Amino acid sequence: MAHFLDRVETALRDEHLRDAMLAATRDLASRRVNALANLENADMIRDLARQAKMTMLRDLAGNLETFERNLKRNGIHVHWARDGKEANRIVIEIAKAAKCKRAVKSKSMATEETHLNHALIDAGLDVLETDLGEYIVQLADTTPSHIILPIIHMTRGDIGQIVHEKISVPYTDDPEKLTKIARAKLREAFLSADLGISGCNFGVIDTGTICLVSNEGNARLCTTLPRVHVAVMGIEKLVPSLAEFDWMIKILARSATGQKITTYTSVISGPRRAGDHDGPEEMHVVLLDNGRVNILGGEIAEILGCIRCGACLNACPVYRNIGGHAYGDTYPGPIGAIVTPGLRGMKDWKELPDASSLCGACRDVCPVRLDIPRMLLKLRQTGVEEGRAPASIKWMMKGFGIVVSRPWLYRLSARWGGRVARLLASRGWIHKLPGLGGGWTRSRDMRAPAAKSFQQLWKERKRA
Amino acid sequence: MKEKPRKVQLFHTCIVNEVYPEVGISVATILERLGVEVEVPTSQTCCGQPAFNAGFHDDARKVARHTVDLLLKSGDPVLIPSGSCCDMISHQYHMLFENDAEYLKKSHELSERCYEFSQFLVDVLGITDLGARINAKVAYHPSCHLLRGLGVRTQPKTLLEGVGHLECATVKDQEECCGFGGMFSVKNSGISGGMLENKLKNIQASGANTIVSCDMGCLMHLEGGLKRRGSDINVKHISQILAEGLS
Ligand code: SF4
Repeated sequence: MAHFLDRVETALRDEHLRDAMLAATRDLASRRVNALANLENADMIRDLARQAKMTMLRDLAGNLETFERNLKRNGIHVHWARDGKEANRIVIEIAKAAKCKRAVKSKSMATEETHLNHALIDAGLDVLETDLGEYIVQLADTTPSHIILPIIHMTRGDIGQIVHEKISVPYTDDPEKLTKIARAKLREAFLSADLGISGCNFGVIDTGTICLVSNEGNARLCTTLPRVHVAVMGIEKLVPSLAEFDWMIKILARSATGQKITTYTSVISGPRRAGDHDGPEEMHVVLLDNGRVNILGGEIAEILGCIRCGACLNACPVYRNIGGHAYGDTYPGPIGAIVTPGLRGMKDWKELPDASSLCGACRDVCPVRLDIPRMLLKLRQTGVEEGRAPASIKWMMKGFGIVVSRPWLYRLSARWGGRVARLLASRGWIHKLPGLGGGWTRSRDMRAPAAKSFQQLWKERKRA
Repeated sequence: MKEKPRKVQLFHTCIVNEVYPEVGISVATILERLGVEVEVPTSQTCCGQPAFNAGFHDDARKVARHTVDLLLKSGDPVLIPSGSCCDMISHQYHMLFENDAEYLKKSHELSERCYEFSQFLVDVLGITDLGARINAKVAYHPSCHLLRGLGVRTQPKTLLEGVGHLECATVKDQEECCGFGGMFSVKNSGISGGMLENKLKNIQASGANTIVSCDMGCLMHLEGGLKRRGSDINVKHISQILAEGLS
């Protein structure tokens, strides 16, 4: 895979992408503001929701045990997966044991993490994404670029082209027509599917319940029509009871899309029981760790409270400029900059936490008030402590510490540094700098340091 | 009400000292006009933010210890003409010293006395109108650490609204980051440049002839971008607008 900075360059060259991203994220951000303004006690609910998540995480192991017990009491089979491979293997085994051939899937970031679709196809199953956005992602054989709106980076024209090419229908970019075409395809799939796969937005501990929210109703169909339903959920997705679930959905949809509540909210407490009209014969929950336990003990444990609303993506000026794919893994934006190095380690991902101006827009919009800038700073610190910083920067910072903590040395270096810089300048401006400074002059000019420092001016002023 | 301070220590910041010394002078001019004596501790250097933000906490701590010790020598409030450096000293030092009880305590003591310039004028001195007059159409740029770090949203606007003949332009996405971010602007210059581009586009569309902010870091970045584009829009620290409006 290309290096992060290369992916960024590719994204930045794509004006079309930048315009699409800017327009879409700004629209979402303003919807969010309006929606939250209309929620009574929004601040209090956010505080309570945060508290509930943080308290739950403090005894995650204990809570998971209780949750497992309650799931089983509801007749749900429970599986534990240490990593993505194991999760995929479990789902495939369930499918094989129940002789399932065709799977329909509702939107799930956990299965994006494990690349479940590819594993299922390799194992000989048919699998179809039924969320419209994810369906297009699947047709285009790409990955989502936003956790809520997987194809936020595409225009109507892009979508029309993909549908036209992949399922051989006449080209149209009319959203209604496109939706109709997709719906017809999906309906067929729903009716013939024998396996439904979903994620899980919230797992309610005390009732042993899986909660799903969606806007298209596809999640409900995926979890009720096929014979077998498997929900794959990250182990951090728990809430203590339906009361907390209620707070969460009050802030989730508002933060995500500016809706009061998503169109469909499913609360699933087990397979079909005698007398039920619908529901699967068999239901499974796969509890996925995949690096989460490592995060739990460390400095960024707070991130496990994330309810995946995507508000921080929409607010992030970096994300707005580079889109989701540049982040290189399942989770883009501020959340990705923390979760990806957290789940996968700093070794290959240390550039992500660096790619932030620490503007704090994410922290302001996060419904559960996660201090994202603090976590980015912590990850940077970890990177340095693990010796991952380039030697040039390391020495520069060492020099900074030594020089800047000694006023005389600082003044001396500033004076000489200023002189050198002024030599490079023409009429007070530097247009090109060597080395690291080249990063600065790539995008802007540099004002040369003043001939007299403030302290010098101040002394003269005092004397006068 | 508490008695208004008669004297402040000016922590001028390294950017003001080396690149924009005239900002320090205008800050002092305004304060003196308001009857506040200005002391400039000569041993001050930088708040340490460059190393801190880059993850080099040991190196940043050396600088932070020096700054804490220096500024605690006097009991006077510390005035900082930068939202970012003020946020660093008032908030981030706590993270830096989380495992050093002695300096953690000291940094808390210090943070209670630190004020950004506009915050000090409006919240401490209770000034909203200095009687300044200037003909300008300004785009106010709320720097992120001022706005979201210190929570200073209205004070600079109040001061600007108090300036006669001054028009505040409406800037689209005004509260979006300009893309400076210290080392970020160098290490991630592509992204930073994209953010700068958006910001300048919106400011240019607003018809402003001057960008006003409370952070010379952002202004240095914005000014460099304007220069590169051959624009004749000026950048000014808020104290410069006030000082010019009074002269
Ligand atoms: S970090 Fe906060 S804002 Fe971002 S997706 Fe998670 S809950 Fe939403």
